[in-house]
Amino acid sequence: MKTCLVVDDSRVIRMVARKILEELNFTIQEAADGKAALELCHKQMPDGILLDWNMPVMNGLDFLVELRRSPGGDRPKVVFCTTENDLKHIQTAITAGADEYIMKPFDNDIIQSKFAQCGLL
Amino acid sequence: MKPEDFDFLSALLKERSGLVLSRDKGYLLESRLLPVARRHGIKGLDELVSAVRARRDATLLRDITEAMTTNESLFFRDIKPFEIFKAKVLPDLMVARQSSRTIRIWSAASSGGQEPYSLAMLLKEEGAKLANWRIEIVATDISVEMLEKAKAGSYSQFEVQRGLPINLLLKYFKQAGDKWQIDAALRGMVKYREFNLLDDPATLGRFDVIFCRNVLIYFDPPTKAKVLDRISRVLMPDGVLYLGGAETVIGVTEKFQPLPGHRGVYGLANGAAHPLPLERVAV
Repeated sequence: MKTCLVVDDSRVIRMVARKILEELNFTIQEAADGKAALELCHKQMPDGILLDWNMPVMNGLDFLVELRRSPGGDRPKVVFCTTENDLKHIQTAITAGADEYIMKPFDNDIIQSKFAQCGLL
Repeated sequence: MKPEDFDFLSALLKERSGLVLSRDKGYLLESRLLPVARRHGIKGLDELVSAVRARRDATLLRDITEAMTTNESLFFRDIKPFEIFKAKVLPDLMVARQSSRTIRIWSAASSGGQEPYSLAMLLKEEGAKLANWRIEIVATDISVEMLEKAKAGSYSQFEVQRGLPINLLLKYFKQAGDKWQIDAALRGMVKYREFNLLDDPATLGRFDVIFCRNVLIYFDPPTKAKVLDRISRVLMPDGVLYLGGAETVIGVTEKFQPLPGHRGVYGLANGAAHPLPLERVAV
């Protein structure tokens, strides 16, 4: 079973994402900000990360940059999932090492499609 | 909906588009035709049926057919057919068509344009390999409204997230307000034509590859056989036909045989190739 870390400060979004990803056979861990997510990754790198952009403590972009610098941090496939839906943000995320990008709102099909494109499905 | 109204509408749709509606699809008629009725200032489905019976108004008939035959599509649908196209079909054709350096592709029932534009992107990504090749993508649909949408190449945030990898979105689309506009060069690669699959496709010319995916499922077996027979006549002898993952030719026609190891991909059966006098038609 593959593992996925869902990083979002909204409990509702984490719950919805967990439900969708569990149906896709992922084991889920959750974090409410980038710092907590980084700590979890340093213990064990997940296969995939669904990542919000705007969060307290450490935002998604700073988390991604730190993750990619960490030992083994190049391995997880990172899918941004954010309301930041303009071209500039998408380009910034991809340049920083994101593998895919979801513009909220999302649904099951979009998550499935994006995870498949990353090779997670 | 009254049973006689359902029968009337389903017979009308069968005649005009080949669409077969089973009785359990009454909800589909209601959900799709109520907006059509409203647009024409008609109160409900009962009145819509009466209006069609009373005056076979061409615009109303077209709107009813379009509403029922419009189907959602997505970029790189099911992905595998496109991978096979890139890994096998295209390289094989590039060897076979070395002298003419021309490849014609037909996207039948192209809906909102996601399929032909997926092919256009795939071909663009091949880059230099296809320099000096003439590749035509002809996309057809029964719905004028869908053809207009496809031609415009403007997609919602939802649509560009279904099947389209982010790197291709960045490369081939521009953001325009809340829409994403496909690159003009890609739009220029696709020629759109209004076409009913019940008609003879000879007017479109001959093709090396035909994508006719997830359309035949709406037809009854005799209509499927008729459509496939006509498709076989415009497919080059060594050409390839793509059907949807849930569709098959087995038990429907003997004109095609599956390409071993490639689900949903078919070649002409031995002896089914149509002789070549039918000229390629420039569209």
